Order: sequence, then structure tokens, then C-alpha cells
Amino acid sequence: MRFSALRILKEGLTGNAGWGPHWRSPEPKREYDVIIIGGGGHGLSTAYYLAKNHGITNVAVLERGYLGGGNVGRNTTIVRANYFLEGNSQFYSHSLKLWEGLEQDLNYNVMLSQRGQLMLCHSDGQRDAYARRGNAIVNQGDDAELWSAEKVREEIPYLDFDNTRFPIYGGLMQRRAGSARHDAVAWGYARGASDRGVDLIQQCEVTGIDIENGRVTGVQTTRGPIRAGKVAQVVAGRSSQVAAMAGMRLPIESTVLQAFVTEGLKPCIDHVISFGMGHFYISQSDKGGLVFGGDIDFYASYAQRGNLPMKEHVMEAAMTLMPVIGKARVLRSWGGIMDMTPDGSPIIDHSGIEGYYINAGWCYGGFKAVPGSGYALAHLMATGQPHDSAAAFRLDRFRTGRGLMDEEGTGAQHNLH
Amino acid sequence: MRLPCPICGERDRREFYYKGHALALNRPDPDADDAEWDDYVHLRDNPAGRTRDLWYHSAGCGAWIVVDRDTVTHEVFGATLAEDAEARDAAG
Ligand SMILES: Cc1cc2nc3c(=O)[nH]c(=O)nc-3n(C[C@H](O)[C@H](O)[C@H](O)COP(=O)(O)OP(=O)(O)OC[C@H]3O[C@@H](n4cnc5c(N)ncnc54)[C@H](O)[C@@H]3O)c2cc1C
Ligand SMILES: [Zn+2]
Repeated sequence: MRFSALRILKEGLTGNAGWGPHWRSPEPKREYDVIIIGGGGHGLSTAYYLAKNHGITNVAVLERGYLGGGNVGRNTTIVRANYFLEGNSQFYSHSLKLWEGLEQDLNYNVMLSQRGQLMLCHSDGQRDAYARRGNAIVNQGDDAELWSAEKVREEIPYLDFDNTRFPIYGGLMQRRAGSARHDAVAWGYARGASDRGVDLIQQCEVTGIDIENGRVTGVQTTRGPIRAGKVAQVVAGRSSQVAAMAGMRLPIESTVLQAFVTEGLKPCIDHVISFGMGHFYISQSDKGGLVFGGDIDFYASYAQRGNLPMKEHVMEAAMTLMPVIGKARVLRSWGGIMDMTPDGSPIIDHSGIEGYYINAGWCYGGFKAVPGSGYALAHLMATGQPHDSAAAFRLDRFRTGRGLMDEEGTGAQHNLH
Repeated sequence: MRLPCPICGERDRREFYYKGHALALNRPDPDADDAEWDDYVHLRDNPAGRTRDLWYHSAGCGAWIVVDRDTVTHEVFGATLAEDAEARDAAG
């Protein structure tokens, strides 16, 4: 089934009775060439690119809940490519390019909205750092503009420009950044993978990894054992538990990240705005709700709900940046479990167990990575070689100390990102 | 979440700085190999359930404490001073 304007018109006139399910729901086979553990954004995109780019279609995605029920459906949907460090920057650049062609590629409306993201700066030092970052971004072929305080004031007049602690000195704008519809990304990849022959198996929790003589041979699941010569774990916040089934410990600590949304308002926030005082960012959804968030809760947790101190902190940040927000009423808040690495950057690598691959450590930034990550993992699994864009996401960089990518410059330690 | 400081009693989470798993107390020998240091600095069990982690009572008495708690329910079972925990570990 393809989406087209004509089809939508026709369905609209005939009671929308002609739409079918977007993907098949087959029973699991006893054996596949490849098993992907985890049906979030990264697992689904990996399956899609295995099939599309490499012709590997005897693939199962095993999801313990429902497709898209994890972080891919809980995030604040910011998409951007304004990372600074070599290793990260080319990866996010590639991922943003994939985003830009995604709707045509998937024939699915992921509602990519390139409304621009503005990172505000509040001191001379921060402005210099943004100028340098902007130049690096432009040098690699992406877009960045350094905005003066006057320019920011013209575009976004309701910010508190003269705050004593965080006066606004300007900002770094990336116009191609923006947001997308999270569920649609998961569904679009799921449909595309399913159409190409990938089996999407929901309500199927992996409970064990079978390893014989240092080689993976399959997995144990709540729906019985399934064999495969290649297995990848793509389970975000649950990475440590699944790795433990393979006898591994990962450089990951799981913490909660919260998000908030207000009641629907008339259009008022045109861009994605990031406050430079730390972590606070905000955008307006197509439904009108102001969607915003801040830092992680900063201790190991699988609670999938947030704590009050961080809620308070986020609200304070919001009021500091744009006092006008005090008029809006918060509708909901929620939390998701983040797989935090010591340096804040991800891992796409072979595990050291023959045939077993790890995709993890996306911290709070893995939504924008969904296309690029699946693309790179599929490449690694199909060819045995890391994709150029993701070659730096090595698991051994922590042990060797070579190639650490600490974007924030706070140190490659667990409690600092 | 409230944490029971052995010196100050039960206090709000805001008063504490989080360091991470109590593994941080078992610092390897300076000459240990890179695998041991990797274990200590980076690798974590990261349990979904009961854990022991290290907190600093920064807005209180300034003690480092080891908290026994559950990462799923946020239930707190108790806390000891890190120096006592260290002494206990050293005694075996
Ligand atoms: C509040 C919040 C805001 C965020 N905002 C942004 C943002 O603005 N921009 C951005 O780029 N990123 C953001 N992120 C981060 C982003 O959402 C994640 O990094 C990304 O979604 C993680 O990858 P995923 O989609 O594959 O994870 P998930 O969707 O969590 O997928 C993992 C799947 O694995 C399954 N699974 C786990 N264990 C097993 C098992 N044993 N067997 C079978 N299946 C299993 C889970 O059920 C889950 O469905 C945010 C996250 C949160 C929580
Ligand atoms: Zn105390």
C-alpha cells in the first residue's frame, strides 16, 4: 500500500475503510540470518537498511513490548547536526541528510519540520565557542549562522534578554535542524522493513543469548528459542541487561530523562530554542503544545518516571529564559530510560563475540540518530566493516582511552554527562 | 527520593551529589593493567533492581555515603558511611 494525495482523497470520500495494517505480524520462524533485539527507532532502521541496502531480508526484529513503545515514542523529537567533535560530527551530518530524504524513501509522512534550532549564548566565551563550532559545521558542509543579540531579539522578542545571570549575547542557528513525528518514524521504518520481508515480532522478549565456542548461535525468547548466525542488541536503556545475557558488562549507566508538554497554544515558538545555561530546550508541537525538557535525573534509575528536583529545575530554567511561559499550564510529564556512556557518545561496534553486535549509548540524543545509526549498523553487519560515518563509535575507546568523544568537555566519567 | 544520611538522618535528594556505583570505592592498584582500570572507571553492572551507590552529602555534613536502594522502585533500604563500607571491604 502506497500513500499518495489521490489515495487519501479517495479514502476520505469512502469512509477511510480501505486502509490495512502497515506491517505483517507473522509467527516467529525457528531460524533467521539476522536477529535484531529491540524494536525501537534504531532496531527498525537497522532492519530496514539491512534489507534495502544489502538485500539481507531473512531478518527478525524481536520486541518485548510493542513497536515504538520505548524511547523512540517518548522523546522530544529534536533533529540536528551541529555536533563539534570529529567522529560525532560526520555521523550526525550523515543522519540529517538521511532525514531530509526519509519521507520519499519510506513513502511515509514523518513530518520532518526544518524550523531551525537556535543555541543561545550568554557570555563572550560561549559566543567564541559557538563561532568556532559554527565554522567547523560549515566546513564539513552543513549549515550554521551566528546570530547577534539584536538578531535574536528581532526573531524571538519574548526572551528575557537582560537576565542578570544569563543575559543573551546571541546564538548559533542551524536552519536545517528541527523536529519530526516520533511515532511515524518508527512506523515508517517498520512498514518499509516488513514490506521487504523482515519479520517484526512483538511481545517477544529476549531472555538469553546462545553462545557456542565464542560465536553467537541464537537467542532464547518468551516465544521460544530462535536461531541466527548474526545478532545485534539495539535496546537503548536496557543495554546492560541484554549484554549481561551475553556475559558482557558495558560502559553504560541507565538514568531517567524527563520531558514536559503544556496545553495547546496558538503558534508562538517558531524554532527549537536551547538555553545555553545548561540543558533546557523547547519547541512547539504541531498540535500547539510547548514541548520542553532539561537534564537527566542524574542517578542510576529504571523508574521510567522523573523526580521532582529535576522538574523544579526545568521549570525554573523555563521561567528564566522566557517568563511568558508562566502563563501556560503543564499538561503532562514523562520519563524514559537513557543509556548513558562515560563520554556521552554512542557505540556501534562488534562485541568481540563472533556474530554479536552492539548498538547502544545514545544518551539523550538518539532520536536524530535513528536513520544514521541503522544505516551504519546494517553496513557493519553486512560487510564486516564499520561505515565511514560511524567508525569512531568503538567499544574499546574507553579501555584504550583513544578516540573518546566528550562533546561537553566535562570528562569521560559516568556521572558527568 | 530521600536518602538516610547516617550522620544527619533522612534528607532530600537535593542535598546530595551523585557519584555512581559504590564500585568507586574499590580503586585498583596504580600498576593494575588497563582491563582492571577499564572495569573500575567505565564498566558497570547497571542493575535494574537493587544496587549500592555512592553519594556525597554536599549540602549537609559532607560525608560520603553508600546507599542501598532499588533502581526500579526508588525504594531506599539503608545507608552506611563510605569509610565504614571501605573498612568492611578491606576486612574481607
Ligand atoms: C524524554 C526524552 C527526550 C528525548 N529527546 C530527544 C531529542 O529531542 N532528540 C534526540 O535526538 N533524542 C532524544 N531522546 C533520546 C532518544 O529518544 C533515544 O536515544 C532513542 O530513541 C533510543 O533508541 P531507540 O529508539 O532504538 O530506543 P527504544 O525506542 O527505547 O527501543 C529499544 C527497544 O528495545 C526493547 N527491548 C529492551 N529489552 C528487550 C529484550 N530483552 N527483548 C526484546 N526487546 C527489548 C524495548 O522494549 C524498546 O522498544 C530523548 C529521550 C527521552 C526519554
Ligand atoms: Zn549528612
